[in-house]
Amino acid sequence: MSTGFGPADAGAHTRAAAGSRLRPADLWPVAIAGLVIRPARSLLSALGIAVGIATMVAVLGISASSRSQLVAEIDALGTNLLTVTPNQPFATTSATLPVTAPGMIARIGPVVDAAAIGDVAANVYRSNQIPAANTNAISVYWAQPGLLHTLQGQMAKGSFLTAASTRFPAVVLGPYAAQALGIDRADGSALVWIGNHWFAVTGILDQLALAPELDRAALIGQPVARQLLHAGVRPVQVYVRTNPAAVPAVEAVLAATANPGAPQDVAVSDPADVLTAREDATTAFQGLFLALGAVALLVGGIGIGNVMVIAVLERRNEIGLRRALGASRRHISLQFATEAVLLAGAGGAVGAALGAIATAAFAATRHWQAVVSLPSLAAAVGIALAVGALAGLYPAVRAAQLPPAEALRMT
Amino acid sequence: MTALAMTDVTKIHPGARPVTAVSSVTLAVEPGDFVAVIGPSGSGKSTLLALAGTLERPTTGSIRIAGHAVDRLTDREVAGIRAASIGFVFQHFFLLPGLSALDNVATGLLYRGIPGSHRRAAAVAALDQVGLAHRATHRPAELSGGERQRVAIARAIVGEPAIILADEPTGSLDSAAGAGVLAILASLNERGVTMLVVTHNPDIAAAAHRTIRLRDGLVEHDSETA
Repeated sequence: MSTGFGPADAGAHTRAAAGSRLRPADLWPVAIAGLVIRPARSLLSALGIAVGIATMVAVLGISASSRSQLVAEIDALGTNLLTVTPNQPFATTSATLPVTAPGMIARIGPVVDAAAIGDVAANVYRSNQIPAANTNAISVYWAQPGLLHTLQGQMAKGSFLTAASTRFPAVVLGPYAAQALGIDRADGSALVWIGNHWFAVTGILDQLALAPELDRAALIGQPVARQLLHAGVRPVQVYVRTNPAAVPAVEAVLAATANPGAPQDVAVSDPADVLTAREDATTAFQGLFLALGAVALLVGGIGIGNVMVIAVLERRNEIGLRRALGASRRHISLQFATEAVLLAGAGGAVGAALGAIATAAFAATRHWQAVVSLPSLAAAVGIALAVGALAGLYPAVRAAQLPPAEALRMT
Repeated sequence: MTALAMTDVTKIHPGARPVTAVSSVTLAVEPGDFVAVIGPSGSGKSTLLALAGTLERPTTGSIRIAGHAVDRLTDREVAGIRAASIGFVFQHFFLLPGLSALDNVATGLLYRGIPGSHRRAAAVAALDQVGLAHRATHRPAELSGGERQRVAIARAIVGEPAIILADEPTGSLDSAAGAGVLAILASLNERGVTMLVVTHNPDIAAAAHRTIRLRDGLVEHDSETA
């Protein structure tokens, strides 16, 4: 007989003394063979990891998609809008800005547009028959005609206030205000009751992403507000559109320009920052879902560890046989650790794919652009592999420590 | 070179009441030998085989396999000696259920770092030697008991080890299948394969060149030295 691998073969003795050897290329087929022989169990134990990874990938993907959508929206609106408001938290009367503020601000070089609104101490009603308490939480402001342009807003219906219409009882409603009042016409035929006077609705605004406070507002001209409703002329808020390159410079001088005598009484804010901050606040929920995903991953890892411990008990004879065929303790532990890593890796890959699909599906329902980054998918699979390695550690060590003669005993 | 040499080997299983399974056994198996180890249950036959196969380490005494003293070797080195110099045949075959007969035989070379294509080529030759070339693609579940044991024998000889250690190779087989397995062992021995067989089967004992009878861990009778 001659297969060419006998001790007579040159170098066989030195090989034996050098120790047993398992080619790395042979480790994978051995581990895969151990998994495919029990397909249902392997699938179920990989499923736990898949659920955990899918949850984490989807949560991160959806949040990234939503954020990138918001950034795109803000960019479309322009990130060069600033607002100026009074900063007098302990004022006894309602806090206002100096009358001169809008004009002074408009004279700052890089400022392209500035428009002010002011308080009107009145409420708006559908008619004079409505009880005074039913204000619908709509605020009434006077507004300068340039406001729409400064905000780069759009009209849903009708037109915005003009220099002419500010002298007459005409009102422009925010979209929620119009909805609350039940008004869907802006041709001047619909009237609302403001502070004992009838005002004709001449415009309904579209939603203003950068000035959501105006969505529930009724805007009238400043002259008519002073004349009919005895409103003050001091503004409560000035919207400022600047040259995009000069936003920080303008931001730095706005307070002193608006109120040179008391710049500390002026607050300057960037609505885009406010929106992103609000978005960031939702990461509290994101953290919760991530934690849920991590728990699922942990449970999946424990499941794999459990399945591998059972496999070591069930496959004692195989372990004994492999030891008899020349496997070292290290080869046995490598085999079982590789099986655990393969299970977790397969679960992780499936989970990452499911998470990406869930992200794409969710983004599609919102008409967003789905953001699924390859590095994050790779990281997810990497986490799964690490979980598998941890889960396989104990069973692998137990398998390796089994004395071969005992492992070969029939149970 | 002596295939297996045991010198004053004693194995005491520790515990609350230590058991002396093998006591001061000295024996040598030369290349080409066919040795049967017989004796009643509990006489230490299986422990002797496990010691000879380095599956257990002796409490005292020394063991050499194909010239290698195994006493002070590391786990990896001893595993290397099993991979290169020892072929095992077990009563319960221990074939891997997911693999074909051919792949089971090729597994006999897995831990010697031999590439897969070479392993399979050698496995084809070994299967042929046990008369199962036509069953190469069958899974163990599709084979009879006798065929399974012949696949296991092919797995033991595929690496041309210095010695084959068989533990009750016919113990799970009916007499016809047992006779077939014995015929294969005998024909392998005729072609030079060295064998140490632990058995209750009187036919194997009769076919062997030499019988060693154990009782209570001691060599009671050795046909060579008697």
